[in-house]
Amino acid sequence: MALDSKTDTKPQQFKVVGTRPLRPDGIDKVTGRARFGADMSAPGMLVGLVLRSPHPHARIRSIDTSAAEALTGVHAVVTRADFGPPSDPGVADVLDNCMAGDNALYDGHAVAAVAAISGKVARQALKLIKVDYQPLPHVTDVDAAMAPDAPALHEGRADETVPAGMSPNVMARHEFGHGDIDAGLSQADRVLERTYRTEATHQGYIEPHACLATMNADGQADLWCCTQGHYMVRNTCAAILGIEQGQLRVTASEIGGGFGGKTTVFLEPVALKLSQKSGRPVKMVMSRSEVLRATGPTASSSIDVRIGMTRDGRITAGFAELRYQGGAYPGSPVDMGSMSAFAPYDLENVRTVGFDVVTNRPKQAAYRAPGAPMAAFAVESAIDELARGFGLDPLEVRLKNAAREGTRASYGPTYPAIGLEATLRTAKDHPHWSAPLGPNQGRGVACGFWFNFGGDTCVSLNITPDGTVTLSEGNPDIGGSRASMSMMAAEELGIPYDRVRTVIADTGSLGQNEVTDGSRVTFAVGLATIEAARAAKREMCKRAAQVWGIDEDAVIWEDGAARPAGPNAGQHPPMSLAEIAAIASNTGGPIAGHFEVNAEGAGVSFATHMVDTEVDPDTGAVKILRYTVFQDAGKAVHPSYVEGQFQGGAVQGIGWALNEAYIYGEDGILQNPGFLDYRIPVASDLPMIDTVILEIPNPGHPYGVRGVGETSIVPPLAAVANSVSDAAGVRMTSLPMSPPKLLAAIRSGQS
Amino acid sequence: MVKVQIFGSLKAATDDKSEVEIDASTLRELLDALADRYPGMRPQLDRGVSVAIDGRIYNDSWFTPIKDDSEVVLLARLKGG
Repeated sequence: MALDSKTDTKPQQFKVVGTRPLRPDGIDKVTGRARFGADMSAPGMLVGLVLRSPHPHARIRSIDTSAAEALTGVHAVVTRADFGPPSDPGVADVLDNCMAGDNALYDGHAVAAVAAISGKVARQALKLIKVDYQPLPHVTDVDAAMAPDAPALHEGRADETVPAGMSPNVMARHEFGHGDIDAGLSQADRVLERTYRTEATHQGYIEPHACLATMNADGQADLWCCTQGHYMVRNTCAAILGIEQGQLRVTASEIGGGFGGKTTVFLEPVALKLSQKSGRPVKMVMSRSEVLRATGPTASSSIDVRIGMTRDGRITAGFAELRYQGGAYPGSPVDMGSMSAFAPYDLENVRTVGFDVVTNRPKQAAYRAPGAPMAAFAVESAIDELARGFGLDPLEVRLKNAAREGTRASYGPTYPAIGLEATLRTAKDHPHWSAPLGPNQGRGVACGFWFNFGGDTCVSLNITPDGTVTLSEGNPDIGGSRASMSMMAAEELGIPYDRVRTVIADTGSLGQNEVTDGSRVTFAVGLATIEAARAAKREMCKRAAQVWGIDEDAVIWEDGAARPAGPNAGQHPPMSLAEIAAIASNTGGPIAGHFEVNAEGAGVSFATHMVDTEVDPDTGAVKILRYTVFQDAGKAVHPSYVEGQFQGGAVQGIGWALNEAYIYGEDGILQNPGFLDYRIPVASDLPMIDTVILEIPNPGHPYGVRGVGETSIVPPLAAVANSVSDAAGVRMTSLPMSPPKLLAAIRSGQS
Repeated sequence: MVKVQIFGSLKAATDDKSEVEIDASTLRELLDALADRYPGMRPQLDRGVSVAIDGRIYNDSWFTPIKDDSEVVLLARLKGG
């Protein structure tokens, strides 16, 4: 299935959708009763800990675990030797990242793990494991890794797209675009060429990775873990361990943030292997240091941009070469960055070339609109500099070049109805745009784009005997999906929101569900929820028709009740959902609806951000004064959650722009693996982030819903950089704009 | 016949053509025919692609219909966070 058959995009009238009911997980979370990854226990449980490489790159000559195994209280020690080749070669890198093979590829790479009766014994055991390392040369910077003589991580693994003669660390080359760049640039009144750099930043979820694994001798296994996708965990672990997917039941805990970082596995296969070897349940919980050293931050980037513009603000050509390092394995999101870099603009001549580069860093993981924020930083900074250079209004220049329905996107297809222009016009008319600025203050704007997607989705909706409704979905609730699914079910059934409870089912209870990512859940699971409710309504109409002794075609569902319809249906009082539920046993048995779909065809999404900053010229410190997000949500099911997504993306982008960075020393060791030295923005750093929700219905969803979770992190890097550059009077092309870096730039500009 | 736009890094497999014509009425037929006609494209097709059909993006649904006048664009396989 692709699109809902509905093509009418006129606004619909809703009773529940669009309201702001209390969140169903609120009480548990504010009282501390919600059960996160580390909150589960089992009788006889052992504590699992990981030994990690102290070297950024080293050959593992041997590992001697005998002393650790002999320690009283130790029940199992595992190394890579305990894992056979995975049944799916596609997860070979995932296994190698969870437990190093021949080489340790980054500081913090797992090389062994123990399970013991206590954390104290497990820590003692780790100290008794003797690893014989042969240190190798390392590289952590993307441009250094692209040098022909750079230390190689995976000689000979480049795919067929990489030209001969490039560094062996270049794993893939991507190219997109159309037109003639040179011809376009020749029509410009000015051609701007700049290089931009961004650092790796972590998703910064507050809850560290944690799991509890039980693997029995009969091959049945259970896993409790915090993840964005427990079906992905099941399938990946089954492939790594060589067991059948159906024998591994995974239950997702509550999740304390993910933002893309929990779309893969780190501890889970190791915990299962320790449990298999020890015959006991094994619980593993990462420390913050382990999270930062060994899970996925996003890629760092180095991007060259060349843009031509006429003096009246028309972009004549846009080119970008994007170089992303994605850590120790192939797969940085440079392909996504290359496709999205110029996506907001209607360009006759556009081209992007991206290089996926490996370095001695932890493998990058997805982070909200992976690859797009750094590309937008480069392109939106260059457009801003050109616009200001011509004395043009940066919003007008963006409007002049904005993609709209019928525009051929920079990545190829022709856009259907899209909301970019609406966000720009709303921004231009907003009082924020015309508010006065004081000394050392600046204002910046930037646009952002993200694809969104759908994917495999299952929903089961059950009518209980007392007329309440339970809905089972297979996606961890990371951004309010229990509320929004309950609302869509209530809307469709015509009953109050509080009559519906949504639960997150384990992998044994529903079919395959794609990970909670790609801004897919409200779109895809919502679509399936509506269809499941419609199936239940059809069944309830059938039951009412039986009771009334009329054709089921003569019954309609309206305002929460079955009603006779048509001239021959007769006069019957409506039967409510509760009345039909109460007699379900007498009319054929329990009533349920379900829907399974690969929900393809999700609509793309755009946003415009506006931010005011103040720069302290003596220290280089930046204060965010005011911030407004303008984004198209299609239809905001629960506006408070939508606003939360907008605000969260903006705040993470502010952190990326101003503070956050993975800092490596010359020794290749991560210098700041803790929240004191890796500083994410906190409430006291920020003003209230204002939001403006635009609703341009997505024709691919019955209620017009569009994914909103990722687009909001795309514009802020550039918006903040444009604002700071305006305030400081010097163009900033490297993130983060930390006080020392900004102060140096100001002083350099003055000199 | 359907006109299929090829992204730049796949053009090595199509003699530098950015658009090829394929006889296909579904997504599955399209992907099979591309792999048969342009073997150099097979590694990328095996790694995965997304396909935009008339402005909407599809990943896996084999029987998604494609009309002769549909706009079909190959894309890198989408990832999300």
